Amino acid sequence: MNARALPGLLAYALVAVVFVALAATVKTDDYVANILMQAATYAIAVFGLSIVLGLCGQINLAQAAFFALGAYAVGLGTADYRLPFWLCLAVGIAIALAAGALLGVSTLRLGGHYLAMVTISFQQILTVVLINAIGFTHGPDGVSSIGRPALFASGQAFLALAVAAFAISGYFVWRLPDTRLGRAMRAVRDNELAASAAGIDVFRTKVTAFALCAGLGGLGGGLFAGGFSYVSPDQFAFSDSIVLLTMALLGGVSSPIGSAIGTGLLILIPEWLRFLKSVPGLYLAIYGAAVILIVIFMPDGIWGFVGRLFRPRARAAPAPAEPLALRPAAGDGVAAEARGPGASGAGVVLEVRGLAKYFGGLKAVDGVDFSVRRGEVHALIGPNGSGKTTTLNVVTGLYRATAGRIFVDGVDVTALPAHKRTSAGLARTFQNIRLFRSMTALENVVIGAEREGNTLVEAGHGALQSRARAALEFVGLGSRAHETVPSFSYGHQRLIEIARALAANPTVLLLDEPAAGLNSSEKKALHDLLDRIAAEGLTILIIDHDMTLIAGVAEHLTVLNFGRRIADGETAEVLRQPDVVTAYLGAS
Amino acid sequence: MDFFLQLLFTGVGIGAVYALVALGFVLIFRATNVVNFAQGEFSMVAAYLMVVFAVDLGWPYWLAFAIAIAGMALLGAIFNLLVYYPLRNRSYLPVLISTIGASIFLMNTVLALYGPQPQVLPGWFDTPGIQLGPVYLDSQYLLIIAVTLGLVAFQYWLFERTLLGKKLQATSQDKEMAALLGIPVAAMIMITFVYSAVLGGIAGILVAPVLFVSIQMGSTIALKAFAATIIGGFGDVAGAILGGFAIGIIETFGAAYISVPFKDAFAFLVLILFLALRPQGIFGERVAEKA
Repeated sequence: MNARALPGLLAYALVAVVFVALAATVKTDDYVANILMQAATYAIAVFGLSIVLGLCGQINLAQAAFFALGAYAVGLGTADYRLPFWLCLAVGIAIALAAGALLGVSTLRLGGHYLAMVTISFQQILTVVLINAIGFTHGPDGVSSIGRPALFASGQAFLALAVAAFAISGYFVWRLPDTRLGRAMRAVRDNELAASAAGIDVFRTKVTAFALCAGLGGLGGGLFAGGFSYVSPDQFAFSDSIVLLTMALLGGVSSPIGSAIGTGLLILIPEWLRFLKSVPGLYLAIYGAAVILIVIFMPDGIWGFVGRLFRPRARAAPAPAEPLALRPAAGDGVAAEARGPGASGAGVVLEVRGLAKYFGGLKAVDGVDFSVRRGEVHALIGPNGSGKTTTLNVVTGLYRATAGRIFVDGVDVTALPAHKRTSAGLARTFQNIRLFRSMTALENVVIGAEREGNTLVEAGHGALQSRARAALEFVGLGSRAHETVPSFSYGHQRLIEIARALAANPTVLLLDEPAAGLNSSEKKALHDLLDRIAAEGLTILIIDHDMTLIAGVAEHLTVLNFGRRIADGETAEVLRQPDVVTAYLGAS
Repeated sequence: MDFFLQLLFTGVGIGAVYALVALGFVLIFRATNVVNFAQGEFSMVAAYLMVVFAVDLGWPYWLAFAIAIAGMALLGAIFNLLVYYPLRNRSYLPVLISTIGASIFLMNTVLALYGPQPQVLPGWFDTPGIQLGPVYLDSQYLLIIAVTLGLVAFQYWLFERTLLGKKLQATSQDKEMAALLGIPVAAMIMITFVYSAVLGGIAGILVAPVLFVSIQMGSTIALKAFAATIIGGFGDVAGAILGGFAIGIIETFGAAYISVPFKDAFAFLVLILFLALRPQGIFGERVAEKA
């Protein structure tokens, strides 16, 4: 919780209390009360979709099934087993969460199409079970005389409870994008590779998003069952999952306000268009066509569309930040000593031994050794196809090594996934820029700063922000922190990527062709920047083709050709070696 | 044993239908990197066209078939123009949602026009089938198997032996490069959609006499066909065909030996098992994104 969020919270709480009080006191007829009850409980489930779809960019076509899990837990629990309502609701949410997590774990490593299909399958299996396991679920007849808690026994009081739950979950979803978890989800949505290179556990983030979505579905369903006292399988079919999805899309997946708008509209419109239901199918046919039209013409939904009309005023440039500290804190050095002999020895921070990477029969990297010493600028060069980028990808964990070992500060990281290597102290940039394009420059850099194991950043919003600002300031973009990525030139986007890596306070900074595509003045600026980073004492491993840049910044060269090391040593010395000249210029 | 062989025959027959629909999935996926969730609706619409022309209007079966196939080609073209093409430069998620919208639209338009009552479409042959030893070979199932094998052979010939096939393959592998080589990419994608719609249509017409013609028939078939493509290895043609047969056989035996009401759940259980244990499928290979 930071200072800026507090007035927002107060205003939100005030509005929420007013709505709950209205729901609890204003007398309405049953018809209106039912519509409100349906809207409030559905909207909670749609909030869940806005997390999975809007924040994390994954799809869930089974939200009605998770809704059903909550509804049946409350229904069967209170009606058949005489258990207290609250217990049943908690169990329902837990079951939905667990089911969501389980589906996620089985599928989220794969592409989105698998997820779509598996969620549909789950939905179908659940519907088959609800209908056919009659002994347990009462089959197509459904469950009736569902109980409510004593305090909320009247319809009006229960409606107030549902509205309160709607308000609380709405606040949670509203605040989520600016939390660490929310940023991680957005990073995963924008660019999975860059997210894992920035230290985010992509798989766990997706599973969390999916479980949260399912849990909110369960909460909505449990309240739905209490509100209507009756549930049956046909209320939670695949078509209802589509209805929930359409609500999220129509309102706009990027905000809970959009979810609420979409839900309200799609509950009210059918009531107004009741006459369409006289012809079976006509209404849903219009629904299907509307889905296509929304996707094509209103990709951000109604709220996104409105939001673009009232774009918030550009925020003032942030106050000048403290200078960026890049030297590891004193405590780190001690820790490194304690890690073992490899760490202290000759001051080697990154050691690569016998590294190999084969793609089928192609030996892209074939037994490469090199050591990067602390505080040194080390360049990896070689002709096109010599295995430089592959080496970098294996070192940072995007590819799994066929053979060989990699040590960071004496710790063997060969078996670690990419995000764990970032925690271990590696930070990289990419040959083809990989930024989180929907976010501001500052948000991109904040994600870099909050990597696990960043000892320079204490916990807390303020420290993160100032670290990120300092990094942007360092690369010269401090005044443009709040602009989104697409408004920056190619060269500036590179600088944001470097700032993101610097903010992580890495042990080794790995740069993959940072000069590629830059013009001569940008190259000069990059050269100066690298000199300044090196002057701070940060260790750099750089790949590039620009020999002026390499000869200017690098103290040590490792030369690769055809996946093998052909030279290694001090820069000036290596550049005089005949086989290096041959590899670059061809045999004379 | 006799019962076993009989089940095997039925399973292969129904599996052939899944294989045909799965083939349509794979073709569109390879051309556009998008899974068409309305693929099953192509089968459903074609079956209803047959009901209209062959049953209601009483026209000759072959003529109704020709009209239905022409209708499917037209539907495939319209589908491409309205559902896929406007979204071709966006990520897969909007396109996927758009095809789901199209699926709902097609199902319910047919429902609005024709009503919820399942229809019956007679088979192509008057002879119901032949007795071969202990096994009774239903003529419609024989036809399904024969047509599927024929179409698989045709497809092999098309992709491996013709210039058009090479162009389609080039388009599916790298659209930008194909365009630079002068291949009309938009036309290739159009052909893919038309061909996939026709394949789906043939599957629907073949299976209609075995099942009832209903609004839901398409989505049921499509889900299983999709399961087939995953089991076979996503994007792999041979895998899709093999997966189709596997699903057909599994669910026929599951229904006979375990439980009839849960028949439709077996395919999904197998699917989830595969995803957990061997997500790349039988033939598939995992491909890493390049950094």
